[in-house]
Amino acid sequence: MNRLSRLAWWLVFIVGFLYFFLPLLGTFAFSMRSQPLFSAYAVVTDDPQFAETLIYSFIVGVLTIIVSIALIVPTAYWVRLRLPRLRPYIEFITLLPFVIPPIILVFGLLRTYSGGPLPLAGSDFGSNVLLVAAYTVLSFPYMYRAVDTGLRAIDVQSLTEASQSLGAGWLRILVQVIIPNLRVSLLSGAFLTLAIVVGEFTIATFLARPAFGPYISLLGGNKAYEPAAVSLISFGLTWIAMGLISLFGRGARTRVQVVGAR
Amino acid sequence: MTAASSLTAPGAPAARPGRRFGFAWIGVVPFVLFAAGFLVLPTAYLLTGSLQDTHGQVTLQNYARLSEPNLASAYAASIEISLVTAVGGGIFGFLLAYAVIAGGLPRFLRNALMTFCGVASNFAGVPLALAFTFTLGASGLLTPLIKSLGITLNIYSKTALELAYMYFQFPLMVLIIAPAIDGLRRDWREAAENMGATSFQYWRYVAFPILLPSLLGTTILLFGNAFGAQATAYELSGGTINIVTIAITRQIRGDVVNDPGVGYALAMGMVVIMAVSIGAYSLLQRRAERWRR
Repeated sequence: MNRLSRLAWWLVFIVGFLYFFLPLLGTFAFSMRSQPLFSAYAVVTDDPQFAETLIYSFIVGVLTIIVSIALIVPTAYWVRLRLPRLRPYIEFITLLPFVIPPIILVFGLLRTYSGGPLPLAGSDFGSNVLLVAAYTVLSFPYMYRAVDTGLRAIDVQSLTEASQSLGAGWLRILVQVIIPNLRVSLLSGAFLTLAIVVGEFTIATFLARPAFGPYISLLGGNKAYEPAAVSLISFGLTWIAMGLISLFGRGARTRVQVVGAR
Repeated sequence: MTAASSLTAPGAPAARPGRRFGFAWIGVVPFVLFAAGFLVLPTAYLLTGSLQDTHGQVTLQNYARLSEPNLASAYAASIEISLVTAVGGGIFGFLLAYAVIAGGLPRFLRNALMTFCGVASNFAGVPLALAFTFTLGASGLLTPLIKSLGITLNIYSKTALELAYMYFQFPLMVLIIAPAIDGLRRDWREAAENMGATSFQYWRYVAFPILLPSLLGTTILLFGNAFGAQATAYELSGGTINIVTIAITRQIRGDVVNDPGVGYALAMGMVVIMAVSIGAYSLLQRRAERWRR
């Protein structure tokens, strides 16, 4: 590697670094314009809506993780054990959220469940159900992928037969044998779900949910410096989630996790 | 799973995969029902709606109306923005990944970059749009600098949106292409050099053809990624920019003359474009995997 080309690669890296860094710096500088220093952060974190929406989104995220794991793990396990012929079809379904982006998904959900036999969108509870359902759907691609790769690494057949000969039922096999073996995959999937759900805007807005994403947007329209503070906090939350993924996912096979459009 | 547990008594030996199909399919019913109810059915609703006029008669009129100037230009703008950010983000992302993997930069920069890319590729939506407003908007940090260079950048413009999309596009490219670059074996280069190939020839005849399916596939994925984005565009432009996702937003809100069929057709047109790009991506990805072990 000669000196000139190394210099060129350094240049590429520096441009990339500036692209990452400058918007964050701009946001930080803007948040610091409110006097006294850091008052934008104080004002925002004192706003009861900040905590309320953040907690709401966090709870929705946790529910999404639970529903997603409860659906994906048994299905992927069962397909691997008994129905390998169905695998391409199940995989196809889990990839559909890439084809149907959030804006289309929420459009369809609103029209389907606004009237008809199941008017979920009409009530608060129903809308919460729709929100968790929509986020669960969004989690399918990376959740299924993570679980499927995790299952490939363990001997599902032998584990199942061993558990059965010890008298375990299906639920017990799943909860006490399969899930602990998928710990790493499930944790990365869970943190990625949190990173996406906390701060998601499109679906939460159209379902009129008091979530964190719509709150940031509302703040952006009404306040001067506080939105900058919240944006940075939100960036920090994404960073924490990603940090936890690389912490727990060390040595996991699939580190790359692709999420649909936002 | 409860349905499945009643079929095989606990303790019974597991059947061999593929054998005794019987009632085993019941095990996937919960997942399939969920996907049907919250993914397929809503999309089917939009599809049937797009094929009906206001009286419920079957028609293709809604699709014909997509050629109206306002809607056609929304598609054109979406395609343009997605193309520019996919190609731009693809090229720059590849260079960046190559720089830290094979460009002779210190090893720790590679790990730092990968972590940062994981964060940045997920830092989309409202906070990203706000960050760009604070940086390039009316009173942004870099605005005086850009003005002094004689450039005026309207934060509501396509260019500003493209700059914002780039923030998650090229990190995604880095994340996906890094394994492919890692897969370029040293022996291939050495073999080429032993036969007297120049660096250019190695790239032209060995490395580039091997990387091409990955590069092309990922660029197409980036296209879909930008095409489907709504939150970033909505927040950055205040909902004024005329792209497909924003046009659909107006349809959902009912901000436009009430003609639901056109909204459904808009949505389905988008699904078709997404399906083609994701389909092309998975085909190319499969081709790319031939070279990995």
